[in-house]
Amino acid sequence: MSLRDNTGPFFGEYGGRFMPESLIAAIDEIAEAYEACRTDESFQAELRELHRSYTGRPSIITEVSRFAEHAGGARIILKREDLNHTGSHKINNVLGQALLTKRLGKTRVIAETGAGQHGVATATAAALFGLECTVYMGEVDTQRQALNVARMRLLGAEVVSVTTGSRTLKDAINEAYREWVTSVETTNYVFGTAAGPHPFPLMVRDFQKIIGEEAREQVQELTGRLPDAVAACVGGGSNAIGIFHAFLDDPDVRLFGFEAAGDGVDTPRHAASIGKGRPGVLHGARSYLLQDEDGQTIESHSISAGLDYPGVGPEHAWLADIKRAEYRPTTDTEAMDALRLLSRTEGIIPAIESAHALAGALKLGKELGPESTILVNLSGRGDKDVATAGEWFGLFDEGARQA
Amino acid sequence: MNASLNSTTVESVIQRRRDAGSGALVGYLPVGFPDLATSVDAAVALAENGVDVLELGVPYSDPVMDGLVIQRATQEALKQGFRVRDVFTAVEQIRARVDVPVLVMTYWNPVLQYGVDRFADELVSAGGAGLITPDITPDAADDWIATSDRTGLDRVFLAAPTSSDERLKRTVQATRGFVYAVSTMGITGLRTDLDAAARTLIARLRVAGASTACVGIGISNPEQVHQVLEYADGAIVGTALVKALADGGVSKLAETAAALSAGTTLN
Ligand SMILES: Cc1ncc(COP(=O)(O)O)c(C=O)c1O
Repeated sequence: MSLRDNTGPFFGEYGGRFMPESLIAAIDEIAEAYEACRTDESFQAELRELHRSYTGRPSIITEVSRFAEHAGGARIILKREDLNHTGSHKINNVLGQALLTKRLGKTRVIAETGAGQHGVATATAAALFGLECTVYMGEVDTQRQALNVARMRLLGAEVVSVTTGSRTLKDAINEAYREWVTSVETTNYVFGTAAGPHPFPLMVRDFQKIIGEEAREQVQELTGRLPDAVAACVGGGSNAIGIFHAFLDDPDVRLFGFEAAGDGVDTPRHAASIGKGRPGVLHGARSYLLQDEDGQTIESHSISAGLDYPGVGPEHAWLADIKRAEYRPTTDTEAMDALRLLSRTEGIIPAIESAHALAGALKLGKELGPESTILVNLSGRGDKDVATAGEWFGLFDEGARQA
Repeated sequence: MNASLNSTTVESVIQRRRDAGSGALVGYLPVGFPDLATSVDAAVALAENGVDVLELGVPYSDPVMDGLVIQRATQEALKQGFRVRDVFTAVEQIRARVDVPVLVMTYWNPVLQYGVDRFADELVSAGGAGLITPDITPDAADDWIATSDRTGLDRVFLAAPTSSDERLKRTVQATRGFVYAVSTMGITGLRTDLDAAARTLIARLRVAGASTACVGIGISNPEQVHQVLEYADGAIVGTALVKALADGGVSKLAETAAALSAGTTLN
């Protein structure tokens, strides 16, 4: 069977739908509506038109030779999702789910967000479609991604700072589920990554697979062949599955997901769910999970809010088990070094999330050699991360810091 | 194993109270809050003050169905070093002191990681009656259904106002003990008005074949208990009890339980 044809609910032994009964009717409704939209030409046409005239698709590819000099001379090509409207790949998924919300006849959307990129994308789509919007964000993240909080509010969304648990992405998801239970009749939950209960992993992947479909053509046009490797960062896994999917049935193209290793995978402070976790159920699906012996979720740590999540989407868990994709760690320091290197060699400031994939590509290049071509998903731009980078590298003048 | 032959099964206890013209009071408390020993004393105090069936919660890092009061209590229990194995200690100690059936309310991952069979076997040894599983549904619970069939443990699944008739039927068929009817579209917490949705849901559950159905979520005072027992077989109270325990310790909890249980005999 073609690997691309897997539509869930299970990917190997991962995925499924482990959810409270109170939310099953809403999830069934989404699943049914989405199943219809998958093959509905008018839905697909409407989405294509939004991508063309609103998002700015297709996104370009950029070969980065000065950066690649630091990667053993391999060719490195970036897929520029950072150039999308709102600054990351998240908009691809959100526009799809916003169209679906309209079809469901619902007037309000809620979303969780980590880095704030999914929240910004959701607030943007809500503004565009005239929907009410509430975004749940962990208190730790509202602080380190304050700029995105202001962006969401400018766009007319309500931002709720979540103060329970670890006060990061996983708790924002918990709070969004709690809220959804009480408002499910009017409200659609726009989920931000390729995780959660079926049909979210399938639907988010479908909305993101345009990244790989475009890039596969573009790289072939540029180089005359397929890339040797494709690299992406992995939080919940949406940008990674988005760029991997078109290549799943190309056995000569190696796929690499880079998980956030925080202080290092041999310390307790990381977010490497596949590398260091084991299978369990969280947020509606069975997948790899950072957890203690009792099944209590362990808090993840990463400098990157968008990767600071102790779980991962089920399709990645499956691809890891069948060894179709490899998952490797990138530490905070490696990611920040790669962020600075790309900025200085190419004039492109990447999101810290995406910098995890760039750091991975620097190592891969040395491993695969100068004849190799590596396609990297530049999932987002770094504007939101300037404050973090400024502090990390000491770029602020004394006394000149802005709030 | 025929549950109805045993006089202290969950279902028989609830039915006995219903047949006597009223209904049962089901009381929830988390294990390990404020500490393991006090949580055992607290559960015993519930039983001694008119609670018919105990529901012991397993503290979990990601309690998506719980409101703030219960979240705070369970997070505190985790901070105090709660371990899943403490549940069996608690059940055993409670059962040694009072003769009420004890159900364990747990999110699914802790059971999965403990091992579904191992968890069930230790619960049976400790004298527990079964599990309430708020974040899984019968169609996602093959392993638990097989294990509960093997061990004879009760398996309480939830029904919601939004559940389709077909799903209600499947839930009723899969359930043993009682069907847990979610009164309103919400998470645990206090509500001043009980939703009319509960009455409708219980009626639909009867049509779906439910012999025993209890209402939970939002019940906080004796009047509400009484009101619910007009149409349901049991009233489930959680947040109000946890709040009493947090605010005034076991003595305040005992008072609250006694007041609530008076609601089962109001006219
Ligand atoms: C730019 C960017 N890349 C990657 C991610 C990680 O999410 P995912 O793994 O779903 O792509 C985020 C999440 O916020 C992000 O903002």
